[in-house]
Amino acid sequence: MPSKQDLRRRIRSVRSTQQLTRAMKMVYAAKLRRSQAAVLEARPYAAALDAVLGALAGRVTAARHPLLVERPEESVTLVVVAGDKGLCGAFNTNILREATALIRGGRWERVDLVLVGRRGIDFFRRRGLSAAATYPELMKGVTVAGAREVARLLAARYEGGGTDAVYLLYNRFRSIIRQEVTLERLLPIERTQTATAGSAGAYIFEPSPQALLSTILPRHVEFKVLRALLDSQAAEHAARMMAMDSASKNAGEMIDRLTLTYNRARQASITKELIEIVSGAQALAER
Amino acid sequence: MSEGRLRLKVVTPTRVVVETEADSVTVPGALGALGILPGHAPLLATVRIGELTYQIGARDHYLAVQNGFVEVAADPAGGSGGTVTVLADVAELPSEIDVEAAAAEKTAAETALKSAAGTEFDRQQALLEGAVTRIAVAKRR
Repeated sequence: MPSKQDLRRRIRSVRSTQQLTRAMKMVYAAKLRRSQAAVLEARPYAAALDAVLGALAGRVTAARHPLLVERPEESVTLVVVAGDKGLCGAFNTNILREATALIRGGRWERVDLVLVGRRGIDFFRRRGLSAAATYPELMKGVTVAGAREVARLLAARYEGGGTDAVYLLYNRFRSIIRQEVTLERLLPIERTQTATAGSAGAYIFEPSPQALLSTILPRHVEFKVLRALLDSQAAEHAARMMAMDSASKNAGEMIDRLTLTYNRARQASITKELIEIVSGAQALAER
Repeated sequence: MSEGRLRLKVVTPTRVVVETEADSVTVPGALGALGILPGHAPLLATVRIGELTYQIGARDHYLAVQNGFVEVAADPAGGSGGTVTVLADVAELPSEIDVEAAAAEKTAAETALKSAAGTEFDRQQALLEGAVTRIAVAKRR
């Protein structure tokens, strides 16, 4: 049995770890609230964008825009959104496992990678897979400008014909305890998304439906990228918060166990001392 | 809601900037300023960099907006005025604009314009226009 001194030392060290994980949990709870708010604040724009796109698609028949052209998917670009840091449970592992499965899966002849987040970049570098583009700084703080930069690159790749489709792979925030690895086609823009007509009345288009389409579609792409990044950010914060929560719980259990052992050791030593005193006294009395 | 007023909503990817009822709205359209009054026909138009103004009663309100589009549609709630939805990349209230930063941006863009060419020229010109608009709107406060 370890000595009382050792036990005391271990309890103290576990307790300080617990304090750390608890503090981190609080930090990420706050960050999660903020990124959840960002997701919510993006919603009105999403609704308005969908409405406008719907109204436009109702009028523009067989819209010829480079971002709408469908090609057989032979060579695709896969955008993998991971985090920058660990200590967030299976958040990064899940997304990277899925990405590896997709690359090896043989669904596409050729997969070019666009990597967001340091974890993903490091993961694929270690495996000797090169990426078409990497964005190590993006997840430090998701901004519209950052999302725009990625979206422009993707749109340019697609329009240039270098890739037949662009997919986004990211962790979707479902709830605090659930993140879902999601694969979403970004380009070409789905017909069903643009063809939800139902627009009442004839619109006046200025300058022209075609010109409007050229302003709206790139924004649609930008916004989808932004949404994926925001979602992934919220999911990451949630995952880290839960990881810290269970770490705090585990530390609590360990402290309880150690305290029990410590008390037993203390009792044993008291009992031993008592026995010594009593037997000493008896020995004196019998003399 | 009262009859014959517009429901104006200005949104950017990160927030709702303005949501109000207005008597008229003027939007910087791609082909020139668009004046919108209650009962306007459904319209979809591109928005460039410029000043968006709207009147509530006798009071004018100003916003600096940058690129996007505007949709005018019939009011789904049944009001006779219609709705105006502006989706902009950037939209700022006069009180939010940092005039000094905008002035610095303006000077920087002006300097860059002297040596820029091609797409860089366009980019710098857009920056300059944005800065000028922001300064103008901030003064309307």
